[in-house]
Amino acid sequence: MAHRGPAHPSTWLTVRPEGLYCEPGGFFIDPHRAVERAVVTHGHSDHARPGHAAVLATAETLAIMRARKAAPASGRALRYGETLAVGGVSVTLQPAGHVLGSAQIVLEHGGSRAVISGDYKRRADPTCAGFVPVPCDVFVTEATFALPVFRHPPPAAEIARLLGSLALFPDRRHVVACYALGKAQHLIALLRQGGWDGPIFLHRALQPLCELYGEFGVELGALRTIADLGLEGPGGIVLAPPAALDERWVRELGEPVLCAASGWLRLRKRALQSGAELPLIISDHADWNELLATAHDVGAPEIWVTHGREDALIHALGQRGIRGHALRLLGRGEEA
Amino acid sequence: MIRFASLLEGLLFARGRTTVLALLRNYFETTPDPDRGFALAALAGRLDLPVVGAGLLRTLASARTDPELFATSYQYVGDLGETLALMWPAEGSGEAPRLSEIVSGLRDTAKADRPSRIAAWLDASPPAARLALLKLVTGGLRPGDMAGPARRALADMSRGHVTETQIEEIWPALSPPYEALFAWIERRATRPDTGGHAHFRPPMLANPLEDAELAALELADYVAEWKWDGLRVQLVGGADPRVLSGNGDDISASFPDLAGALNHGAVLDGELLVTRDGGVAPFADLQRRLGRRAPGRAVLERFPAHVRLFDILCDEGEDLRELPFASRRARLEAWFARVRPARADLSPLLAVSGPDQLRRLCAGTRAGGVEGLMLKRADSPYRAGRPPGLWWEYRGGPFNIDAVLMYAERGPGERGSFYSNVTFGVWDGEVLVPVGKAEPAEGVPIGIDLDGWVRQHTAARFGPVRDVVKSLVLDVAFDGVRRSPRHRSGITLRCPRIVRLRPDKLAAEAGRLAHLTNFLAGDDP
Repeated sequence: MAHRGPAHPSTWLTVRPEGLYCEPGGFFIDPHRAVERAVVTHGHSDHARPGHAAVLATAETLAIMRARKAAPASGRALRYGETLAVGGVSVTLQPAGHVLGSAQIVLEHGGSRAVISGDYKRRADPTCAGFVPVPCDVFVTEATFALPVFRHPPPAAEIARLLGSLALFPDRRHVVACYALGKAQHLIALLRQGGWDGPIFLHRALQPLCELYGEFGVELGALRTIADLGLEGPGGIVLAPPAALDERWVRELGEPVLCAASGWLRLRKRALQSGAELPLIISDHADWNELLATAHDVGAPEIWVTHGREDALIHALGQRGIRGHALRLLGRGEEA
Repeated sequence: MIRFASLLEGLLFARGRTTVLALLRNYFETTPDPDRGFALAALAGRLDLPVVGAGLLRTLASARTDPELFATSYQYVGDLGETLALMWPAEGSGEAPRLSEIVSGLRDTAKADRPSRIAAWLDASPPAARLALLKLVTGGLRPGDMAGPARRALADMSRGHVTETQIEEIWPALSPPYEALFAWIERRATRPDTGGHAHFRPPMLANPLEDAELAALELADYVAEWKWDGLRVQLVGGADPRVLSGNGDDISASFPDLAGALNHGAVLDGELLVTRDGGVAPFADLQRRLGRRAPGRAVLERFPAHVRLFDILCDEGEDLRELPFASRRARLEAWFARVRPARADLSPLLAVSGPDQLRRLCAGTRAGGVEGLMLKRADSPYRAGRPPGLWWEYRGGPFNIDAVLMYAERGPGERGSFYSNVTFGVWDGEVLVPVGKAEPAEGVPIGIDLDGWVRQHTAARFGPVRDVVKSLVLDVAFDGVRRSPRHRSGITLRCPRIVRLRPDKLAAEAGRLAHLTNFLAGDDP
């Protein structure tokens, strides 16, 4: 007669070429190529690929996928905290604090629970629901900044540096390179918190997602577009995706202060490579301290580490009595 | 230290001089004494601190970090000081030390106790300040040459009350933390008293003379000399003898062998050279002496210093600078005959008969420590800076070569969004080797749009640098060629500028390295 203890997640959660696969539920989590059934943590393109037949995600993530031309044939929305039985697995989504709609996937099967973090951060971000730690048997964590050199400064201090530069160079436009999903809206919210009531001009590539955030009730204040720049006096803040900094409109700004916002800019060589005069260390990912604090908060005896520098994290987890294990997933890009 | 660290960060990432000046001025205006004075000293390379070896970093790392995590992090970051600053275990929430506290603390702490003192400062500092602190104490703080921009920022800060030249004049007599200088700039005190100390006379500089302008010059009004390829220096004799560099830095300690050239009461202008067997050694030999404090005997013997004098500014307290050049020259010759200083000689005057003779003179001397010719109006007084029409430098050039565009970066300042700063190369056999980096000269019509060309022909990107398809030929003007072991081609061009783009030419038709190395003929390897 078979042993009847809890089924360890390693018996029902496996790595396949397409990505992490939940066998009893018959679905992948954030597969990097098109599949029949997927559960998607959030809308960034390396997690939300186009072409899936059926996707389970938050309503926000599904809307983002539609806005980015990655909509599945059919989408099923789940609210945070709501549970759905899929095959023999119960699936619950909990906030991950990364971007609007980002979720951790909580899977329960055979008496054990695994939580897949997706990308997450622990600091307050007014543009998305905050991370909720869920106790579990296995925690699958991201590891983008899994080195002790990555400890992000308080975002308010970085915003203060940007505002300080605006005070020192009031006549120069400050152009901040940032990604369209998450970082742009996070920056706008931080600027509002920091007391910036001057104009914020958006590159057109950032407009659809800012509007989508607004439809989901995220208040970003009055925004202008770069088409309005000619009508305005000097100075002010312009947000644009990094690729757009090569376009002609930048050359018409006179002598802009080029800024960038990313957790990678903590490293000097990365900051110099960015070409920015004002590198701002603002990230939507957990830093080293947050990765370790989260491991403690979820209390999992075993942690699987996805993309990133897993060696250092596994070493540090071992010192805390937690078994770490590297998951080799394909197709994870490096975004911040 | 937090403010100083953020200034250093700002300077590191700044593009363009206006940004640099604004950052410096803002720092000096908002930082109290004596911190800002020590910062000024650090920026100008004049902050003398007890040296803490780079071994300190390893000591601190092994005392305060996990060895495996440190090794992994160091491998990723690539810089020992930065790795330690970033992963230092404290969160830096205490009261970070002031720069002045670090300066006095290092001086007052016995060598053996310095690591623990530094560790306590690190505990109290946020990461950016930790990095600046570690670089400062290990001597790794290299802000580039900020002495000039810092003096300019101080002049700006005085709102016209004190000029950059006035600051330069008293610069050698001042010492950190420069409180008297700041008091003068802020109109809280009069000009600092330089006492019996050396007083710097900002040098008179020449304007470049293009070949076309040579013919238009009334040569009878001018005196000609060689333009020596060394370091411009001012020898200040008297009670406090000094060797000052062209920007007023005191370099006496690096040149103890010039003591015999300072044993008098005059202030002299000349070119510092390394001489050997009666001739001038290549500039690279002089570089072996520069920046080396207290050189050893072997270095002094292998690379002996010598000053070739061409002007006298003061004699026994009498300021000669208002005299015409011809009179100063007569005084210099009489003074030299009388004093006979060691390790010095006079730069000879050259006979001038006409433009063609000057051209031949110039073309015949591409080597032997000569960069070109100086033409000085016989009636010119000695004026600081680069006054128009008095002194000219003629290099016989410019020379031109067709080179191939290899890499491009964005330019500084208002050219920041244009790919205008380009590296170009010439053929060495079948291979293109880079020989210089330049921007299009001001106001030069360049036919096709360089920026647009770079964007359309990018082959790869390395951070801010674009690697382009090697097909665009540039007409590059330059003043000379210099040996440079740091470069793959072994040479660099002197003062290169892009004159025009040559889309009509094929890359294969571009110049060859051998053509440029010809310019070095006669120059000792």
